[in-house]
Amino acid sequence: MNSLSDPHMEPSRLSKAWNSNMAYSFRKNPVAVVSLIIFAVIFFMTLFAPLIAPFDPYDPRSFDIMLSEIPPAWSDGGEAQFIFGTDDQGRDLWSAILYGTRISIFIGLAAVALQAVLGITMGLIAGYVGGRVDSILMRVADIQLSFSTLMVAIIFLAITQAVFGSETFNQYAIYMLVAVIGIAEWPQYARTVRATVLAEKKKEYVDAARVMGFGPLRIMVRHILPNSVSPIFVISTVQVANAIISEASLSFLGLGMPVSQPSLGSLISSGFDYIFSGSWWITTIPGVVLVVLVLVINLLGDWLRDVLNPKLYKG
Amino acid sequence: MSLLSVRDLVVKFAMRNNTVTALNKISFDLARGERIGIVGESGAGKSITGFSILNLLSKPGYIDSGSITFDGEDITQMTDPQLRDIRGNRIAMIFQDPMVTLNPVLTIGQQMVETLQAHRRLSKSDAEQIAIAKLREVYIPAPEERLAQYPHELSGGMRQRIIIAIALLLDPQLIIADEPTTALDVTIQADIMELLLELCQSNKVSLILITHDLGVVSQMTERTLVVYAGRIIEAGPTREIINDPQHPYSQGLINALPQQTPRGEKLKQIPGAMPALSAVPDGCAFNPRCSFATDTCRKTVPEVTRIDHLEVACHEVRRHHETEEVAE
Amino acid sequence: MTQAPLLNISGLHKQFDLDQGFLETVKFKGGKITREARSVHAVNNVDLSINRGEALCVVGESGCGKSTVARLVAGLLQPTTGEISYDGTRIDTLPARDMMPYRRKMQMIFQNPYASLNPRMTIAQTLEEPVRYHNPSLDRAEVHDKVASVMRAVGVDPSWGVRYPHEFSGGQRQRIAIARALTVDPEFIIADEPISALDVSIQAQVLNLMLEAKEERGLTYMFITHDLSVVEHFGTKVAVLYLGSVCELADTRTLFDNPKHPYTRALLSAVPQLKDDRPNHIRLRGEIPTPINLPAGCPFQSRCPSANSRCSAEKPRPMIQSDGSTVACHAVEEDRLT
Repeated sequence: MNSLSDPHMEPSRLSKAWNSNMAYSFRKNPVAVVSLIIFAVIFFMTLFAPLIAPFDPYDPRSFDIMLSEIPPAWSDGGEAQFIFGTDDQGRDLWSAILYGTRISIFIGLAAVALQAVLGITMGLIAGYVGGRVDSILMRVADIQLSFSTLMVAIIFLAITQAVFGSETFNQYAIYMLVAVIGIAEWPQYARTVRATVLAEKKKEYVDAARVMGFGPLRIMVRHILPNSVSPIFVISTVQVANAIISEASLSFLGLGMPVSQPSLGSLISSGFDYIFSGSWWITTIPGVVLVVLVLVINLLGDWLRDVLNPKLYKG
Repeated sequence: MSLLSVRDLVVKFAMRNNTVTALNKISFDLARGERIGIVGESGAGKSITGFSILNLLSKPGYIDSGSITFDGEDITQMTDPQLRDIRGNRIAMIFQDPMVTLNPVLTIGQQMVETLQAHRRLSKSDAEQIAIAKLREVYIPAPEERLAQYPHELSGGMRQRIIIAIALLLDPQLIIADEPTTALDVTIQADIMELLLELCQSNKVSLILITHDLGVVSQMTERTLVVYAGRIIEAGPTREIINDPQHPYSQGLINALPQQTPRGEKLKQIPGAMPALSAVPDGCAFNPRCSFATDTCRKTVPEVTRIDHLEVACHEVRRHHETEEVAE
Repeated sequence: MTQAPLLNISGLHKQFDLDQGFLETVKFKGGKITREARSVHAVNNVDLSINRGEALCVVGESGCGKSTVARLVAGLLQPTTGEISYDGTRIDTLPARDMMPYRRKMQMIFQNPYASLNPRMTIAQTLEEPVRYHNPSLDRAEVHDKVASVMRAVGVDPSWGVRYPHEFSGGQRQRIAIARALTVDPEFIIADEPISALDVSIQAQVLNLMLEAKEERGLTYMFITHDLSVVEHFGTKVAVLYLGSVCELADTRTLFDNPKHPYTRALLSAVPQLKDDRPNHIRLRGEIPTPINLPAGCPFQSRCPSANSRCSAEKPRPMIQSDGSTVACHAVEEDRLT
């Protein structure tokens, strides 16, 4: 509200943030610090991929089939202009990885944003309203959770691919992936949010707001939601990692990003055929990037869970 | 020789940026069969005193210096096996919340037998006989049947009686009761207190009663220590402290009770609140709230002075006392 | 008393169902499957009225329904049966929109100052929100002035508004909670054990603050407490509750000078006194029964020293005594007590 924009408050907020328990535990946790640095490096490199990448991996004219399957620069037969070598079409792997990671991170974040919006809304309503509404919403969530994400995604993507044809599908593949991964996983959020709302709803500050005559929407959004953010943060990190893996799996199965616009999954998939012919780098290097990316996100999530866990925190 | 003698006990808590002194040079003695009360507000250090005596302080807290001599032996120097032998066996502790103290998945009988067998070589049936006898002592109806019951099957007052029975199981020489009735209702509190008093007197057990309730202290104990911000600021016979407190804080505390004000009048309040242990002011910790505070009070920590039967840590009380003596 | 009461409660009854839904009511008993729905009778047929300027203290032990009464009056719970009227208007059945003007007039102060303030809102946000909500016409400066004046009135420095609740001590938080209730200029305040979570030296401060507010603003209070020693100072009238029923209702002076109901007497004698060494308190048998499926007759019969067969058969009705107090007890009625 308006006091947030109060000018003489800003410095104290910053110093408060630096001295807070969270910042302190972060500084004292080398794993979290290293993970955040690695994640930040990957994130900003992919964000500025068009500036960093030496080639444009989406432009087939820049590929030269004569230069295909060149090993990474440091091994025998490598060429200095292709740091990580080239793939089967003669595409620079380093550029492809930068662009591919960008797509993977975008899909991960966008899908989780969709999950969060859906899940938080459902969870808030279920927890606050309770009764029959709660039962119905939670049964829907249970049913949704009893189908595996991948199964739903595979069926859905396979059908759309067949109906619209690969051409149209490839054009909208990125949005399809966001939608499918987003919708398949919202119950995770809904359950977590509902549980915290049920706990918060019993607290007296909510009663105080009700005595003031505030409406249910105001109480949910302004009073209960801000007090439920800690668990939302924690599952968000895990969910981003999961979404990135889901995207990679789907692309690996040929149901995700097309080879012309490869994500990490499609890169791994496209190089897989060449792994036995000795061109190991086409699969391995994107694979390592994927593992590192998911690992640092999960490590950050672990740290966050430890910090925000009220049982450990309040002692 | 006294049963328990605490000398210049300093307990500190290692925090993130600094070390907080939770207890500052606490000294007191407890005779065999004597009952003392430790009174103070939350955060004053009264519970920490109880925990230190059993060397039960958990992690950030530690005993920095001082000694705790129990029956001639220094508890602060004991090894873990020695401490285990003392805990529960010779010093028993009763906590505030009976539901937390009792293990919810074990029956009352199992818990009592386990406690007995941990310290004595006894067969199960002998242990059960002792348990039944103790339950009878705390007026629990049909004790034989209680042994097979789980804690959740019993009411709050009943649970607290069972905890007292468990505390008495090994005939300890000292019971430390930390707010034993705060979680209970008034009519049940009165019952439990009467029971505890009766048992201490008949078994010649010493009692340290930690509480915020001056009414309870006045009925239960012979001597009282008033704790403020980690220091004992007044100590002496309970009657004297209640009827004629010397330290301005004890006076304020007693006068603030609704019973002390005639009906319809405004209550006498102490301004302000007790400082956090990390921000105890210089000099006397009470000086910002004290209406008698002088520059001396703001600079130097008052020494404990003996005035008749009371020991008081206050510059003003001391000065007043000294001028009176000169006048005589 | 010619004046109409500000708040009137009649025949108030609240029960909470323990077994909700069909499956939970199915029980296996004595070799047969039966249906049985258990419910907690938290409040049973309570009649109370509070006149303007009075402070009614509702006293009782845990489980006696005193907090439920407070929450029913505040509109946080719906009564099972019975009526609650405020200033002549029945409010328990009003829809939320029509209830709005009464929300301003009736405010509540809660027991636990550590839970009653939203931890993610600054003090200023907490206090300004209700002012804005109920007075949409005020501009920012007016809201600010209003909040600052209330903060000063409860002894909280207005410049602390930028801080969060966790930066304050329990006593200060309770002052802020009182300030929140006062920001909308209420005329009636329900206080649910407002001092029992506070330290002794702070209790007196908060109690004095509430008394000052009463004098300055002409407030009417409904004060819920388990502590009889506080009642003597705060209340003009006292209602003693046991297992959801009113045992005794009297002016404070009458109740303390001449308690009549055996439970009131026991409660009074159980308060630890400072001065007398050997209190001869009335020892009650047993413990408070659970309010699930209450027995017929007097709710206090299982612990009462003067209970007889009539007490276990017939529930005593409240009878007005010669000194104006109302007592629900057969023994008092039959003059069996000494």
